[in-house]
Amino acid sequence: MSDQHTRTATPTRPYAVPGVLVPTPGQTIGPFYHYALPYEGGELLVPPGTPGAVQLHGTVTDGAGAGLQDALLEIWQCDPAGRPVQRQGSMHRDGHTFTGFGRVSTRRDGHYSFTTLEPGPSAPGRAPFVAVTVFARGLLNRLFTRIYLPDDTDALAADPFLRSVPEDRRPTLVAAREPDGSLRFDIRLQGDDETVFLRFPRQEL
Amino acid sequence: MALTHHDERTTDVSRQHAELAELAEPAEPAQPPTAGLASQSAIDREIERIQADEAASGLTRTQSRLDFAPYRSSLLRHPTKDLHHADPEGVELVAPVFGERDVDPLEADLTIQHDGEPIGERIRISGRIVDGDGRPVRRQLVEIWQANAAGRYIHKRDQHPAPIDPNFTGVGRTLTDDLGRYSFVTIKPGPYPWGNHRNAWRPAHVHFSLFGTEFTQRMITQMYFPSDPLFALDPILQSVTDPAARDRLVARYDHDRSEHEWLLGYTWDIVLTGSHATRMEQEGDDV
Repeated sequence: MSDQHTRTATPTRPYAVPGVLVPTPGQTIGPFYHYALPYEGGELLVPPGTPGAVQLHGTVTDGAGAGLQDALLEIWQCDPAGRPVQRQGSMHRDGHTFTGFGRVSTRRDGHYSFTTLEPGPSAPGRAPFVAVTVFARGLLNRLFTRIYLPDDTDALAADPFLRSVPEDRRPTLVAAREPDGSLRFDIRLQGDDETVFLRFPRQEL
Repeated sequence: MALTHHDERTTDVSRQHAELAELAEPAEPAQPPTAGLASQSAIDREIERIQADEAASGLTRTQSRLDFAPYRSSLLRHPTKDLHHADPEGVELVAPVFGERDVDPLEADLTIQHDGEPIGERIRISGRIVDGDGRPVRRQLVEIWQANAAGRYIHKRDQHPAPIDPNFTGVGRTLTDDLGRYSFVTIKPGPYPWGNHRNAWRPAHVHFSLFGTEFTQRMITQMYFPSDPLFALDPILQSVTDPAARDRLVARYDHDRSEHEWLLGYTWDIVLTGSHATRMEQEGDDV
């Protein structure tokens, strides 16, 4: 590696941990990603009409409540049996291989939509969720969050992570079941009802 | 939507540009009128104040600040509440798998996607991707996008009156090798103006999208070219408030990677965050 990533950290650098490399900074995705990152079928983890297929959709809004027309969302999830999928083919869907990965850009009004299968719980006692990464113009680094499925209220109530989140903010992590059966999950980047975003261990943000 | 599906990128330039025209949206100026915009010197003072405060605090950040007012678009788009601690679970401990089914080796050369050659300095950008423990990120997807040599993107909302290059789309993909190495051949992008403040110009840069061995390492960033006079003026680069951290976004000119009478070489190594897999699983890897 180059000298830029030296394995040193002075005591005045609490974000850096001695003995590990310092990560390269993230930067905003900017406004011009649309012809580079979204791809045909990115939002269709399964073809619409597949048994068990569900629409997972919502709106990404800023601190003034306006929809973002330039946010990119990625989802990554287990299969219905709760197993992580490790298969190629997300970029060129073959119509039957479920890869567990999806990518979509918001539309002009900030709305997004995936078609996917509902994940199963990855371990006993854990509520099932879809992992999400949020990128946007104006957002200087990616944000992580989780979309929990709403139906198993006992699992939600018992989930150790959700219990660690203050009760008044917990609903921002749970999708709503719409009358048509779809799952709605809005993402609010800022404000009183701001979505809970995650920091994983070993990360500054 | 993808303006050019990558299978079709090598052909039919005219249709691509017809699509571009069709997608152009009227009645939405690319840049707001300059009235009311801050001057460069006002932006400079804002940046200086924030960076001086951070230096005085003794808390050196290694990442971009999400809350960085000199970048005006961040004002309403940064979270105001603390990020919530989460231990990665289940699917977060692994990453999506990409492979030969997803990426064509030809996609790593951005100069061969059309009938003719793009205008500009031909360059190779290459380097290694490792995680925070120094382990190579193997067989993983790297995506890039960039402006052309004149500073113009193939994008409906880029209205900068610089020429579109019919032989340059500015999009590439590749997979790292077993040592975590990647390599792209492209042309050097130009700087371009934007509407953040009066007479605002972005330094030349290439956008990089990166995956690690687990989903928690996902990141998107921008790579810059050495000694650009626009660095100090750019609120996006300066949102990385520590000079040593900013240096990690700057490639170095690497004469050993330049090729006789063909191209100039730049090297840029990337470090993702540390993974959370157990040491047991890590012991099989060479560190």
